[in-house]
Amino acid sequence: MPAEPDATVELCAIDAFAPEIYRVAAAQQELHDTVTLELVPENGARPVFAPGQFNMLYAFGVGEAAISMSGDPTAGGGYVHTVRNVGAVSAAISGLKAGDQIGVRGPFGAGWPVAEAEGSDVVFAAGGLGLAPLRPAIYQVLKHRERYGRVAILFGTRSPGDMLYRQELESWRQRLDIEVDVTVDHADAEWHGNVGVVTGLVRRATFDPADTVAMVCGPEVMMRFTAAALGDTGLAAGSIYLSMERNMKCAIGLCGHCQFGPDFICKDGPVMAYDRIAEIFALREV
Amino acid sequence: MEGLDAILRKLPFFADLTPDQQVLISGCARNHRFDAGQYLFREGDAADEFFIVRHGQVALEIVAPGRTPRVISTLGEDEVVGAAWLVPPYRWMYDARARTLTRAIGIDAACLRGKCDADPALGYDMMKLFLPMLVKQLHSTQLQLLDVYMGH
Repeated sequence: MPAEPDATVELCAIDAFAPEIYRVAAAQQELHDTVTLELVPENGARPVFAPGQFNMLYAFGVGEAAISMSGDPTAGGGYVHTVRNVGAVSAAISGLKAGDQIGVRGPFGAGWPVAEAEGSDVVFAAGGLGLAPLRPAIYQVLKHRERYGRVAILFGTRSPGDMLYRQELESWRQRLDIEVDVTVDHADAEWHGNVGVVTGLVRRATFDPADTVAMVCGPEVMMRFTAAALGDTGLAAGSIYLSMERNMKCAIGLCGHCQFGPDFICKDGPVMAYDRIAEIFALREV
Repeated sequence: MEGLDAILRKLPFFADLTPDQQVLISGCARNHRFDAGQYLFREGDAADEFFIVRHGQVALEIVAPGRTPRVISTLGEDEVVGAAWLVPPYRWMYDARARTLTRAIGIDAACLRGKCDADPALGYDMMKLFLPMLVKQLHSTQLQLLDVYMGH
C-alpha cells in the first residue's frame, strides 16, 4: 500500500511557493542602474527577518529573483531591497514605482553571525552591491555597538560614481567608534580617496585576528581574494563568512538549482563560513 | 630630534633587516616634506630616489593628453613609492603626487645600489623586501583589470 503523503511537508511547500502581494511604498534611485525599494505587505505585517536573509521578488509576468534584504531588521515598515538592473527580472523590479505591486516569498536562508560575533572584533568587507546584504548586519552591530570590540567597515567599489549608500558611508565615517575605509578600483585625479583593491584595506585595518569575525559580500572573485587577505592576517577560515550567490529558484532546497557541493545556497546559505566551502569555492567548475 | 637611523628602524618595511643594514641604508636616506599637490617625481624622470611614506597620501597617476590624470593607486603610511630604481633604465613610468601634506623618507637610489653591489647579502635582502611588494601590486592590478564590480 502506498505511503500517505506527508501533509505537513506538502503544506509548507505550497506556502513557500505562494508569493504574498506587496506594494512599493518608496523607490529611491541609488545609482544609475540601482534602486532601493521599500515594500509593504498589502495584508498584515511583514515577517521578521535576520540580516543576510533574502526574499524571492516576483515581477508579475516576468519572473522571480533572489534579492537580499538591505534594510534595518528592527525598523518598522516593510522590507527594504536594493536591486541592480542586470537582467530582465531585475530590470522589471528596479523599474517599479511607488504604488506598484510585487510578489514576495520569504524570508529565506541563513544570515550573518551577528549574535555569535558579540565580544569579538568585527570586520565587514563589501564590494560593490555587496554592501546591500551587509547593511542589515551593520545596522545591528552599530545598534549594539557596546557588545563588540573594534568594528571596521571596508568597502571597495568600481569608481566614485558607483558608490552605493554614499551619504550613509559618510555618516558612519564620522563616528569615532568604528573604522570606515573606502577604496575604488578606478578614479581620476578629482577623487580624493583611496584607489586600489579592497584587499589593500584588509591589510591596514585594525583588528585582532585571534578574536575577529569577518563578514564578506561582493562579487565572487572579490570574496575569494578578500578571504585570502583575511587569512593572511591570521584570521581562521571558520571566522570568515561569505554571502554566496547562485541561481536560486525554489529557495527552499528542493529544486537543486543553487546546489553548491553538498549544500544548497538557498537553504544552507547564502551566508556560509569559509571553512565549510573553501575547497569547493576554489573549484572553477562549481 | 630623532635621527634618520632611528626613524628608519621604526619603519615596518625595513623591520626585517639587521641593525647594521638599517644603519647602512640610513646613510642614503633623507627626510622630505611634500605639500598637497606637489610631485614626488614625474613620468620620465630618472628614478634616482624612492620614498617610504611616513604620513600622508601619495597618488600614482598616468596622464593621457587632453584627459584628466588617471589614478592607478594610492599609497599611505609605511608604504613604498617606486620600484623603478631597482632595474635599468631607472626611469619613472608614472607621476607620484602628494594628495595631502606628506612626510616621507627618501632613499638615494644610486647610493643604495652601490651599497647593494658592494654587499650582495644586503642586495639580496633588499630584493626580498621589494619582490613581495611588487607581487602584491601585480595581483592588485590584475584584480583592477578584472573590473569585478561591473554588472554585479
